[in-house]
Amino acid sequence: MRNAFINELVALAEQHPQIALVVGDLGYSVVEPFVDRFPERFINAGVAEQNMTGLAAGMASEGYHVFTYSIANFPTFRCAEQIRNDVDYQKLPVTVVAVGGGLAYGALGYSHHAVQDYALMRVMPNMLIAAPGDPSEVRGCLRYLVENPQPSYLRLSKAGERDFHSGRVPELQPGRWNRILSAESESTQVLLTTGATLELAMAKRERGEYSGAEVCTLPLWAMSAKRFQSEQVARHSAVITIEDHLEDGGFGSWMSEAISRDLELRKRLHSVALSDNVCGLVGSQIALNRQGGLW
Amino acid sequence: MNTYTHQDTGERTSSSLARDIRLDILEMVHRARASHVGACFSIVDALAVLYGRVMKLRPTDPNWEGRDRFILSKGHAAAAVYATLARVGVLPREDLQTYGLDGSLYMTHVSHKIRGVEFSSGSLGHGLPFGTGKALAARSRGLAWRVFVMLSDGEMDEGSNWEALMFAAHHKLDNLVAIIDYNKLQSLATVAETLALEPLAEKLRAFGWSVREIDGHDHAALEANLRDAPWEQGRPSVLVMHTVKGKGVSFMENRVEWHYKSPSDEQLAAACAELMNHYA
Repeated sequence: MRNAFINELVALAEQHPQIALVVGDLGYSVVEPFVDRFPERFINAGVAEQNMTGLAAGMASEGYHVFTYSIANFPTFRCAEQIRNDVDYQKLPVTVVAVGGGLAYGALGYSHHAVQDYALMRVMPNMLIAAPGDPSEVRGCLRYLVENPQPSYLRLSKAGERDFHSGRVPELQPGRWNRILSAESESTQVLLTTGATLELAMAKRERGEYSGAEVCTLPLWAMSAKRFQSEQVARHSAVITIEDHLEDGGFGSWMSEAISRDLELRKRLHSVALSDNVCGLVGSQIALNRQGGLW
Repeated sequence: MNTYTHQDTGERTSSSLARDIRLDILEMVHRARASHVGACFSIVDALAVLYGRVMKLRPTDPNWEGRDRFILSKGHAAAAVYATLARVGVLPREDLQTYGLDGSLYMTHVSHKIRGVEFSSGSLGHGLPFGTGKALAARSRGLAWRVFVMLSDGEMDEGSNWEALMFAAHHKLDNLVAIIDYNKLQSLATVAETLALEPLAEKLRAFGWSVREIDGHDHAALEANLRDAPWEQGRPSVLVMHTVKGKGVSFMENRVEWHYKSPSDEQLAAACAELMNHYA
């Protein structure tokens, strides 16, 4: 995902001179293609995420579309108020990019586990969350964000994720589910993922859980996109949301709120999210996802 | 350059502008039963000089691309900025009557939804990073306008300001001018008692900024220094402005409670009389 991100950003920056990249002293062996091609539009703000985000908002107020970039919780929680007041409230085109979403940096410990980030970002009224499921969705999300600059949060996993689009870049719209795999054997269930849990959903289906279920992603979601969910949920007998985030404040919780006024639909929703038992544990992403109850 | 002309008397001075701004502020905070009159009064003279004498602006076209940018980081002094914008012709003066009232856009922390306001603040430590981003954008694009950021002294407790100080010096943003309203009082007690800032000027110099200290109520000194910035090529400028909280109304000066109180009817009358008397 990291490579898809930087390569697509470079390609978009060729056509869009307003794109700038500001990093918080992270991005070794990731950001170099952008730095080499557009040194005048790259800034390392140092280990100072509040200033990084505030100055990104200032640049955005003068016509730039700024991407801030760091790891896990550093570009989100560390500067949450700058995102809330400077970016979101003033509707400025800053895309906060976090690499290491979920438990991708499992061995690095709790400081590097991004398992509450959706909860933070989704309560900001103008914020668009972009949580791609594979490298092609990374490109699709970026294209949407550059065409529609706005306060936004791009949550990347790490590297080496499988691609489920055969390299075809999907056209994505906020709130609209993106079908990865059609249903088989007349199943009317759907596995709905956001972020890097797409691979996990595919594995579940392959090994016979939710046999024949449709698989969809929802890479672009926001407070304002809740209104599109009931009609999509209504087409299925069961919707199983899967996310590498705590249940509280997460994606399933968002979906539950989105359909909460329809008792019939609510019965169809099943949320698979990380248990809080995983907080503070250390290990590989796979091991932690298992301990957190995703497998 | 914009030059203030008083609508009734035709005076063309920043001191008459400052008096008018103070009178407007008094009425606004009295009507709204709002706080922060003391913090407004300590920056009124600087605002009058900036908007009346120094900054490039077009009152009828406040978003004019070539304007200088002003960021109020100490957002609780919003009334001072709204009154200034109204007095120089950016805002209709009757709008001020809605300040802080139900349904008004004029919230008591400065709001970007108001014509002529660049940035919403209210939480401290946000304005300097934001202004730094603007200065960086101007420099990257070869644009000649400057960015002025007004900070409070208590606000210098915020770590985000020191992050921005490092960044702006490192990037040699000499189109950035910070102004610190050093009125020596913060929310509960003096700055010295709360979290000592001294030696402030030395700290700022050590961070790579060009530093000057002046009396923040001396219009000639304000104008000369703000007009001249940058004072050193390749360095951002910071004007440490020694001020009096509540300046202009004797019973409000240097009193912590006027961070919170709004004047009673009698206090309003006394304050207005004192201001008119002083300038008469």
